[in-house]
Order: sequence, then C-alpha cells, then structure tokens
Amino acid sequence: MSTEIGVWIAALLTLAIYSFLYKDNPFYKVAENIFVGVSAGYWAVILWFNYAWPNLFEPLIMRGSVIYLIPIIVGLMMFAPLIPRVSWLIRIPLTFTMGVAMALVILQRIQGEIFPQLQATFLPLSGVSPMQLISNLLIIFGVLSTLVYFYFSKAHRGVLGVFAKLGIWFMMVAFGASFGYTVMARISLLIGRVYFLLHNWLQLI
Amino acid sequence: MKQTIPLIIVFTFGFFVIIAFFIPLRVFQDASQTFETWYTGVIAFFVFIGIFNIIKVNVNKIQRKLSDWQYSIILLFFLAFMMGAGFIGGPEGGVFDYLFEHMQIPLGATMFSLLAFFVASAAFRAFRARTPEATLLLIAAVIVMIGRVPIGYYIWKGFPNLVEWIMSVPNTAAKRGILFGADLGLISMALRVLLGIERSYMGGGRE
Repeated sequence: MSTEIGVWIAALLTLAIYSFLYKDNPFYKVAENIFVGVSAGYWAVILWFNYAWPNLFEPLIMRGSVIYLIPIIVGLMMFAPLIPRVSWLIRIPLTFTMGVAMALVILQRIQGEIFPQLQATFLPLSGVSPMQLISNLLIIFGVLSTLVYFYFSKAHRGVLGVFAKLGIWFMMVAFGASFGYTVMARISLLIGRVYFLLHNWLQLI
Repeated sequence: MKQTIPLIIVFTFGFFVIIAFFIPLRVFQDASQTFETWYTGVIAFFVFIGIFNIIKVNVNKIQRKLSDWQYSIILLFFLAFMMGAGFIGGPEGGVFDYLFEHMQIPLGATMFSLLAFFVASAAFRAFRARTPEATLLLIAAVIVMIGRVPIGYYIWKGFPNLVEWIMSVPNTAAKRGILFGADLGLISMALRVLLGIERSYMGGGRE
C-alpha cells in the first residue's frame, strides 16, 4: 500500500465518487462539494494569472498604462447588479465582450473552418487507388447529402428527398461512431482510475 | 440610454475588429489588438462574478440552514483554500499544484469515468434496431466500440482499420456537413448580435 498522503487523498476521493453507483450518500456529496470548491478556486487563480493580470493589471501597475483602467472599470461593471440603481451597467461589459467575440467568431469561422473544410472536400477523383476513389466519393456525397438534409426551403421530395435520406444515413453512422468513441473514452478513464487504485494506491499490480 | 449605449458599443467594437482585419494599416491593427487584449482580460471577470455567486449562494444556504447546508461549508473551505494556495503561493508548484494533482485531476477523471456506467445503461435501454436509421447508428457504435479495444483485433484483424475508415470517411463527411450548417448559423447569429437585432443576451426589459 502507498504511504504517500496525496495518493491516499486521491484514492479516498475516487472511492467516494464511485460510491454514488450504489446510491446518493454523504461520502459522494462531500467529494462532489470538494470538487466544485477546488475547481472554482483553480479557475479563479488561473484566470487571474493568465488573463486578468497580464492583459489588464500588469500593464497598469507595472508599466503605468493608465488606459488599461478602461477595461478594468468595464470588467468591474459586471458587479453592477449588486446595486439595483445602476444594475443596467452590466450591459456595458456584456456588449463589449459580445461585440469583440462575435467579430472574432465571424473571422475565425470563415477563415479557420469554412474555407479549410471546403478545401478538404475538393478531393481528387483520378490518379488515386480504387479504394481511395470510393472513400473520396463517399466524403463528397456525404457532405452534400448532409447539407441537403438541412436545406428546408424546398420540400424533401424526389431527388432532393433521396439526397436528404442519404444525409440521414451518413449522420446516423456519424452519431453512432461519436457515441462509440465517447463511450470508449469514458471506459479508458474508468480503466485509468481502477489502475490508479490497484497500482498507485494498493500496489497490487 | 440604457439600450442605446450598449447597442452602440456592440456595433462599434464588433465592426471595428472585422474592418481592421481587412485593413493592413498599423493603426487599425494596433487598435484591434488592444481591444482583443482588453476582451481577454474582461472575460476573466465573468468567472469572478460566477465565483462571487457561488460564495453568495452557499453563504445564504448556511445562514438559512437549508437542506444539506453542511456541505456548503466544505465547498467554501476548499474554494478559499485553493484560492489562498494559488494567490499566496503562486500558480506554479507548491500547495496549489499539489491540490490540483491530488484532488482536482482524480476527482475530474472519476466524475467523467462515472458516466461510462450511465452511458452504458442508457445505451442498453435506448439502442433498438427499429428502423434502418437506428440500425445504422447501432452498427456504427458497436463497430467503433469493439474496434477500439484489443479484443476487437482478436475477433477480426480488420476491425481497427474499419474503425479508422468509419471515423475518417462517413463520420468526417456528416460532421463536415453539420459543421458548415452550424458555422453559417453562428455567423448569421453573430451578425444579428452586431446589428442589434438579437438582444436577448442583454437581459429582459426595454429600458
């Protein structure tokens, strides 16, 4: 058995969480609340040191850039709802972040996703092996038929209906694959925790 | 004023960042970069207000002695302890790292691994090959699950390659189609926000 305090803490917390499989109980609730407390504390520290300090407070305090008072005041307006008379001021940080975020969304989605994904769909249909040709054709038809399924301006009848049906089939395979992938990811986490208990804590294997 | 000023802010900052992207002048680039830096700093306050709310809700629960109020003490203690460790000792090394490694990582991994049981039981109840579409979903899921474990290879050597093909061909094709739709939807929603057509994120009330 391990003699490290950290390993014991982690092992007992792991067992406390797994106790939920039997039923909701005080051990699970303690572990759950510890998790929320520790996670919230962790993110407060990380966001302060990685975002707020280097982007706002460090330039103001260390370099004396007074202009950084503006975003700090805007950020502090997040707490405006605590004073009912000026609670509407929360809209200023909300709209500022929404404005910049939406602009970045437009630019990033077009540049980083739509164009590269479009480019990746223009696949060669000659000079490739027969198997690769089938795969390339399937990708092209798969993308088109999925898009047709989401085209609601015309009734899904005739050729459009056939394409839409094909799109459903492609999506069903994708959902099934994603489901299987997610299940296996969780299973590997479970194996990791069981291995930790048996290897690091109990040192049986 | 309570509506107009926020709408002017969202329009001005949003379109400025977009326009600056297409104008390679240093003054535009610098201003756009500054706004993005401010934005990165300001979003930290969203988490701070979230933590403030956690504290407020739990203190209220303790004061009123609502059900399970004792657990709120534990939550607040560990929140304070983690924050104290990080702000006093710094985010790298020391107690903060120790707590992260021996509490947060195992708790997070165990919580997510717990889902394996629930997902499996939900799948057992939901997976019924009633229609051709449902059958396709079922077959794809089973192949991916079997193909990603060593026993799949022992059953049939082609399983790992089949999984690889499913993930990179039909899965990619459908996901790409969905992604195009989602991205176009997101862009149109972003334009609605910037133009002030979509205002629900500002909260209720016309004032």
